[in-house]
Amino acid sequence: MKRTHSIRHYDSASSRVFDVANVLILLSLAAITLLPLLYVLAGSFASEGEIDSRPFFLWPERIVTDAYDYMFAGDTFIRALLTTIGVTAVGTAIQVALTLTMAYPLSKRHLPGRVFVINLVVFTLVFSGGMIPTYLVVRELGLLDSYWALILPLAINPFYLLIVKSFFQELPEALEEAARIDGCNELGVFWRIVLPLSKPVIATFSLFYAVAIWNDYMSPLLYINDEDKWTLQVLVRQITAPNADSANMLGTQSSAFFPEQGLKFAVIVLATVPILLVYPFLQKHFAKGVMIGSVKE
Amino acid sequence: MATDLVPGVAPDTPKTARPRAPRVARKNPARRLALLLRHRWLYLMLLPGVAYFLVFKYWPMYGLHIAFKDYIPFLGYSGSPWVGLKHFEELFTGGDFGRLMANTLILALLTIVFVFPAPIVVALLLNEVRVSVLKRSVQSLIYIPHFLSWTIVASLTYLLFSADFGVLAGFINDIVGGQRADYVAQEEWFRPLIILQLLWKQTGWGTIIYLAALASVDQQLYEAARVDGAGRWRQLWHITLPAIRPAIVVMAILTSGNIMDTGFEQIWLMTTSLNRPVSEVFDTYVYYIGITQGGFSYATAVGLFKGVVGVFLIVGSNWLAKRLGQRGLY
Repeated sequence: MKRTHSIRHYDSASSRVFDVANVLILLSLAAITLLPLLYVLAGSFASEGEIDSRPFFLWPERIVTDAYDYMFAGDTFIRALLTTIGVTAVGTAIQVALTLTMAYPLSKRHLPGRVFVINLVVFTLVFSGGMIPTYLVVRELGLLDSYWALILPLAINPFYLLIVKSFFQELPEALEEAARIDGCNELGVFWRIVLPLSKPVIATFSLFYAVAIWNDYMSPLLYINDEDKWTLQVLVRQITAPNADSANMLGTQSSAFFPEQGLKFAVIVLATVPILLVYPFLQKHFAKGVMIGSVKE
Repeated sequence: MATDLVPGVAPDTPKTARPRAPRVARKNPARRLALLLRHRWLYLMLLPGVAYFLVFKYWPMYGLHIAFKDYIPFLGYSGSPWVGLKHFEELFTGGDFGRLMANTLILALLTIVFVFPAPIVVALLLNEVRVSVLKRSVQSLIYIPHFLSWTIVASLTYLLFSADFGVLAGFINDIVGGQRADYVAQEEWFRPLIILQLLWKQTGWGTIIYLAALASVDQQLYEAARVDGAGRWRQLWHITLPAIRPAIVVMAILTSGNIMDTGFEQIWLMTTSLNRPVSEVFDTYVYYIGITQGGFSYATAVGLFKGVVGVFLIVGSNWLAKRLGQRGLY
């Protein structure tokens, strides 16, 4: 953001007081955002005794990995982790592919019938069948207890679709014309010209879709009964919910020592870190990606 | 139906669209086939997406008619008997309706009062920061919670506010004194916790749209105002706020259109047997009745009622925004 603040310098005392107060407020906001997360990270490496006795800490007295050891000792966590990674990877690929291929024809103003399809999409933003009819469709399709139930019902986010559509609309038409003269058909234009120009958009929406699937708790709650197909979010819930029977959840009853509280911290960390790792790589694209096509003038 | 309900997606009603295929072409079957063939790749690309919308969006809409039937899975859609408005009567006259409505509306009201203005305020504060490193790092940090799931947020809340070892529960008790309370289990703490969660999770992300609006304000306006002797507050009032008003209106319409949507995951994860009297909203009720109790038809009726009210709210708030001289969504 290239704001030239220099033209707005203020020297009055009250203005300075405001600046100082403002910075303090924003720093405390950042602290409120971060402290719970840092506490969980610290707690996941602390001993049971420390979690019980110390009220709040950002660095454990003694670093132990009991909770993580326990978690990785059984199958349940590893299976949930692999399930979540797999569903997220396959799901994101499908979502991005479907969104891009549908958005592109819809961006062509000369395509007969496009307004009809756009209206079809927009209507779903205002009105939907809701939870039960959607559940019945998934059941009718025989997708209950299948990984596809976590992917297909969410395959296209209509909001993202419309944003990508208006991004495509902004691409210079002359480029496509040139490619067509050089003998490209529509598919060739899409593949060789449009997609390479859309990398920031693809990056942004890949991240959004991946985060949505990774974090989805409602679909597994609705569609998955089979404990072997649990995702990380379900596991997090099972371990951290009040009155949870977390020892049984992980299927590692053999262990003599059971880090009951530490597990709650560790499972939160393990379900969060992988998706947050993606964040810095794609962060530079967000604001651009979100705002694409959203300036109405 | 308007084509442009999404904030900011460029309008393309037929009127503003560039000239499309001539009418003749669409009347004549042979020409129509020719058009189809010419654009075959585009139509082919469109196919999977359209199939998705038909199967997972419009088929459920067709399924809504079981709200007027006694749906028995064994008999299927067509075999189940029609029962008219039985399920709606049951909803409106049954004992749950008032409580569901009150819980939903109170949460919506609290959201509008506390959660909606938060990103505007934070964006304005960020906008006044003159050290750009500071501005950018605060921004990046407060985006993070948006990427955490509701299960994680709910779990964090339990860790911080529950009786067994909740950190903040401990602090609050040290200040207020008295017994260690289990804030997560207490009915009167349910709503404050929900609002706190929303503020923590969404405020940072919500600033994006306002920051973008702020970035596009013409800097000469500020210069001119300063020459005219306007102080910081007057500049905020006369330049900055009017500049982001369209963004605020669009977000306000979206928020009020979603009044009936309380966010299933968040509420469901924070519901305990103790706080059910204040926590049960339409969304969680539909799940409870439909999925766990198998009352498909009744739950569908509840969902349909909620959906129809939602449509009225969107259309209504958009109408109101236009009456007030704003652009609206469509």
